[in-house]
Amino acid sequence: MMAGTDRRTESRVVRWTLTAVALAFLLCFLFVPLAVVFMQAFAEGVRAYWMALVEPMSLAALRLTALAALVAVPANTLFGLAAAWAIARFDFPGRGLLITLIDLPFAISPVVSGLVFVLMFGAQGLLGPWLIAHDIKIVFAVPGILLATMFVTVPFVARELIPVMQEQGSEEEQAALALGASGWQMFRRVTLPNIRWALLYGVVLLNARAIGEFGAVSMVSGHIRGQTNTAALHVEILYNEYNFAAAFAVASVLALMALATLAAKSIVGRRITQ
Amino acid sequence: MRPRLRRHVLPGFGLSLGFTLSYVCLLILIPLTGVVLRARSITWPEFVASVTSERALAAFGLSLGAAVVAAVVNGVFGLLVAWVLVRYRFPGRRLIDACVDLPFALPTSVAGIALTTVYSPAGWLGQQLAPLGIQVAFTRLGVIVALTFIGLPFVVRAVQPVLEDLDREIEDAAASLGATRWQTFRHVLLPSILPALLTGVTLAFARALGEYGSVVFISGNLPFRTEVITLLIVARLEQFDYAGATAMASMMLGVSFLILLTINLLQAWSRRRGALA
Repeated sequence: MMAGTDRRTESRVVRWTLTAVALAFLLCFLFVPLAVVFMQAFAEGVRAYWMALVEPMSLAALRLTALAALVAVPANTLFGLAAAWAIARFDFPGRGLLITLIDLPFAISPVVSGLVFVLMFGAQGLLGPWLIAHDIKIVFAVPGILLATMFVTVPFVARELIPVMQEQGSEEEQAALALGASGWQMFRRVTLPNIRWALLYGVVLLNARAIGEFGAVSMVSGHIRGQTNTAALHVEILYNEYNFAAAFAVASVLALMALATLAAKSIVGRRITQ
Repeated sequence: MRPRLRRHVLPGFGLSLGFTLSYVCLLILIPLTGVVLRARSITWPEFVASVTSERALAAFGLSLGAAVVAAVVNGVFGLLVAWVLVRYRFPGRRLIDACVDLPFALPTSVAGIALTTVYSPAGWLGQQLAPLGIQVAFTRLGVIVALTFIGLPFVVRAVQPVLEDLDREIEDAAASLGATRWQTFRHVLLPSILPALLTGVTLAFARALGEYGSVVFISGNLPFRTEVITLLIVARLEQFDYAGATAMASMMLGVSFLILLTINLLQAWSRRRGALA
């Protein structure tokens, strides 16, 4: 059979055309917007870029973002481990329902997620009068931001671990117990090494979302500068003040973290498939 | 000896399940019940009035319409990107593959201001489109662009593993039976990837429907024209119209549950397909 009539693959022209169209699509929707973030950030020079970042309100915003990640990442990693252990290793009624409940924050609009906490803890909310009487502020304060961040990032670790642990089965763990290991020893020496890459993968994604969450946090923040303003929210405030260079300077820090996330995800993902 | 008997030897069931259930209750279940309780304190006429007001209907319509268009665009181009990444070899392929997830990793406010800058009449791509009479930023087209961006990874990531696992021998068989490449794609490949493709499109649609951050900048937020439903919920809350915001939010919650159900059915379907193949 002649090469030109080979029907098992596309002709060279078709291959090139399809590749070109796919890359053009990615260029318009991914790469140009990404490039613009960095171009705009340095539009007024390196010095202006640096000043925009070390300005006290930007630093406070970055600190609050770091705090949100420092709370949400350990909490939801611990939760993911516990949930995956219970769901992947034991059979109990309502297991399917529990998995759906854990996935729920992914299905809900960020705006609704944030509103949920306003309706619970806000002045007009269910617990509002009680909280005001006891002088406890949750919404439009830092605790609300932490809660909203935790809510939207609940599923990440659990949903990476459950399929991996189900596939691995529990033979090795039972062998460890039969050989006299304590529950903790079994977890540390057998379970954790087996799931470490999937765990890391989930933590990377969890961390990225905790840093970048905008909609839910925006609802509960109250936008008080220096106090309840995360980096993602600070970008919005600066942009709406037409302070574009500063907005993109803060945005470029977040974009760099996103790129680091993609790199980590790709490296860890390759380890999982090996 | 039956090894099954030893299943319950594994420790930590009570502790892990107890912790999981309390965590889910405190962080997810109780707050969501709060919305339902709050929604029950709204009278039915009040609920209907806020959900069917002209502004709400316009916002619902735009959100649904733009999310459908964006999901379909992603269905076509996501399939194409997945195909090119799996089947063809070109320099930078792995780097581009890793970048497909950018919309997942980039904060939506960063995506929003970047897209607005790129597609505004003075922006890099907006400049090219302006002479053609196409304005993207601050129009409904801008809403679609933002929603397409945010849904881009879903279809690619849903279709990619299925394409990788496809048995090339079936394609060879189709070719040796005289099928053209297009016929092979249409009648052999497409049916196998259809469940995954539809799952990806549904996920992209769900994400687009509830999206806020990337849309708020590029849409211009004109009531009746470019205001999506999430923007209207925020606007209602900012005016302290808690009843209105709650009514629309509970509608959104209902839609979310429906989509979740659809995705579960689609995934069961693709598992059956996989088992048959």
